[in-house]
Amino acid sequence: MGRRVTRQEFLLMSAGVGAGFVLTGCGGGPQSNPAVQQGQSAGSGKSYNGPKVDLAFWNGFTGGDGPVMRQMCEEFSSQEKNINVTMNTIEWEAYYQKVPAAVSSGEGPDVAIMHIDTVPTNAARQVIIPLDDVANALKLKKGDFFPIVWDAGIYNGKRYGIPLDVHPFGFFYNKDVMEKGGLDPNKPPQTKDEFMGALEQLKGKGIEGFWVPTIPAGSTWTFETVLWQYGGDLYNEEVTEATWNSDAGVSALTWLVDLIKQGYSPKNVGEEAELVAFQNNKNAFYWSGIWNINPLKDAGVNYGATVMPQIGSEKATWANSHNFVIPNKPGQDPNKIAASKVFINWVTSNSADWAEAGQVPARDSARESSAFQSLELQNNIAQELPYVHFPPPVPGIADVAIQALDPAVNEALLLKKEPKAALDEAASQANQLLKENRQKYQA
Amino acid sequence: MATQNVERTEAQPSPRKRFDVGGRKPSDASLLTPYVFMAPYLVLFGVFILVPVFYGLWISLHNWDYLLPGKPWVGLKNYVDLFTPGSTTYEPFWQSMEATGKFTLYSVPLLVLIPLLIALVLNREFLGRNFFRTMYFAPYVLGVAVIGILWRYLLDTNVGLVNYYLGQLGLPDNIPWTNELPWGWVALVGPTVWWTLGFNTVIYLAGLQDIDPALYDAAKVDGANRWRRFLHVTLPGLRPILVFVITVTILASANVFGQAYLITEGAPGDETQTAIMYLAEEGLRNFNMGSAAAMSYVLAFFLAVISVVNFVLIRYRED
Repeated sequence: MGRRVTRQEFLLMSAGVGAGFVLTGCGGGPQSNPAVQQGQSAGSGKSYNGPKVDLAFWNGFTGGDGPVMRQMCEEFSSQEKNINVTMNTIEWEAYYQKVPAAVSSGEGPDVAIMHIDTVPTNAARQVIIPLDDVANALKLKKGDFFPIVWDAGIYNGKRYGIPLDVHPFGFFYNKDVMEKGGLDPNKPPQTKDEFMGALEQLKGKGIEGFWVPTIPAGSTWTFETVLWQYGGDLYNEEVTEATWNSDAGVSALTWLVDLIKQGYSPKNVGEEAELVAFQNNKNAFYWSGIWNINPLKDAGVNYGATVMPQIGSEKATWANSHNFVIPNKPGQDPNKIAASKVFINWVTSNSADWAEAGQVPARDSARESSAFQSLELQNNIAQELPYVHFPPPVPGIADVAIQALDPAVNEALLLKKEPKAALDEAASQANQLLKENRQKYQA
Repeated sequence: MATQNVERTEAQPSPRKRFDVGGRKPSDASLLTPYVFMAPYLVLFGVFILVPVFYGLWISLHNWDYLLPGKPWVGLKNYVDLFTPGSTTYEPFWQSMEATGKFTLYSVPLLVLIPLLIALVLNREFLGRNFFRTMYFAPYVLGVAVIGILWRYLLDTNVGLVNYYLGQLGLPDNIPWTNELPWGWVALVGPTVWWTLGFNTVIYLAGLQDIDPALYDAAKVDGANRWRRFLHVTLPGLRPILVFVITVTILASANVFGQAYLITEGAPGDETQTAIMYLAEEGLRNFNMGSAAAMSYVLAFFLAVISVVNFVLIRYRED
């Protein structure tokens, strides 16, 4: 998610990489004669026959996912003699400010990654170009990808993103803590009754089993997951009004608040404290993104990961998705666009490698490959795909949640405000912001 | 290569000659000289301060997103919104101004007094003086990201070291330092004082060393005790330094961003979201640069007023 600083980014910042700008040349394939071939600007996307080009590829993979993508770039560059991909990594927090600025001055990347909920904003701001021709050239169609993700890349009737992966919220359970609490570590609770029963049993052993995050973004994603499970939604159909203060929303937030009040969670859980507690065998259940599979493994935690327990009437979970986009650089070399298509096609086809970094490939062929099937935890969480939720594809939507919903959920979970009052207030603020966004992006 | 060098040397007129050429009156030359010397600075000042100031004013009169083709003129709407209850910017802006004001109010007295006391001690002769001078200054060299993350973990309610040691001492071990007020202010002001007191201490030390020791001797001869010597020699001697320290500390505190961004993240709700945090969010993340520019002018106006008041109060009280 691009909206907020994750743990990896914090670590990066604390390592003193102030600018958060890591430049790595990958590839550096043999120099071939650039004058051999000209033209071929359209390109089939399957292969590239133009003169030698260097592609600048930008993304925000600052965590364990960075080295994996870098290696994929290297592999690609060594296979494609005339394309050399240079990968730049910028922490996501700064990424969505730097990319538009760079692109507008003609300095930006030739190909880049963006989160699904930022694609419409950047499309409206003309930072990225429509990719319908890319999808056509590559003969990509809805049937090749997971449908929800494929449809989410469309803004104003045009495709702007080619999905690379889906990264949903999953259910992580600490086997050591479950055992300590007398629970079967191989049977994570999957229904509301099982979940509450497990928490009650853990409480009996003096364990606060589910640390409820209070700090965005984790807190908001947790709330949104329960909201969707209760059958609610964030916005109405036309995205003119926030609907998170519906009965479903209030019940969802009240359920989370009650977990804290009833002592299943400590009060005032700080930023990422739920993760620290999970790693230190203090927290049994942890709702978090699939990208935490590898960091938790590296930390030596004895844990499992599976689909979200069903608390409400429906199955649902929060998710986001990394998408390839092509920036709108003034005077862009058509050869580079042709080469970018080949690169995008190659990476999405080979995205089972990418799954090792803790992601679910968006492309069916990659998800069905044996390489992906052998990744147990990724596969478990991939079962959630039929019911993942994304924010609606409307420009500026990510900012509305940050400004209105984040503080409201935070205050409710810190027990400073009643859930209904907090959500009502946030909704009326959001309605104003939605209206301003409509005016802004239509002007 | 060698010939070029020779030519260049020969072509160089002696500095004295250059001034003689043309036979201008000395007064003409001296009229221009200051500007020539100031030119490098003036160019930088113009490009990075003067132009942005006026450009920003222009931006603040529009609904401005630098990438959208339409940047509609809105006149003073961005300013009017800031003073109209119920607008999208009114509540969060004044909330953030209040948070900034509170932070400044809590941190400035501590950052003016504690470094003064430390400087007075460190100005005396004792073994290991240089070691302590270094120690007090050391945190200042760290970046805000480093101290922010350090303290966020130290002060965590449930997994932080501070609460752990408080518990070991038999004190409450569940203080919500980063999530609850007034603790949030302690979590912001405490680390800030620890982090930046070294800077003010060094300034004070320099000021103390500038005071003529003969004045202390004279005061002693007149029978002044230590307290009176502090009151009548040290403090007046430090007056210009004090003006500087207070002004700089107020401005630095009013610009607080990193600590609140990293330690409390504006929580609870947005009660510790500071003005600069909100400005950055509005202008650089939501790309509402017009209204963010308007806010920055309102903030700058307040800071200018405070600086002038401070300057007048301390500098001219004698007159």
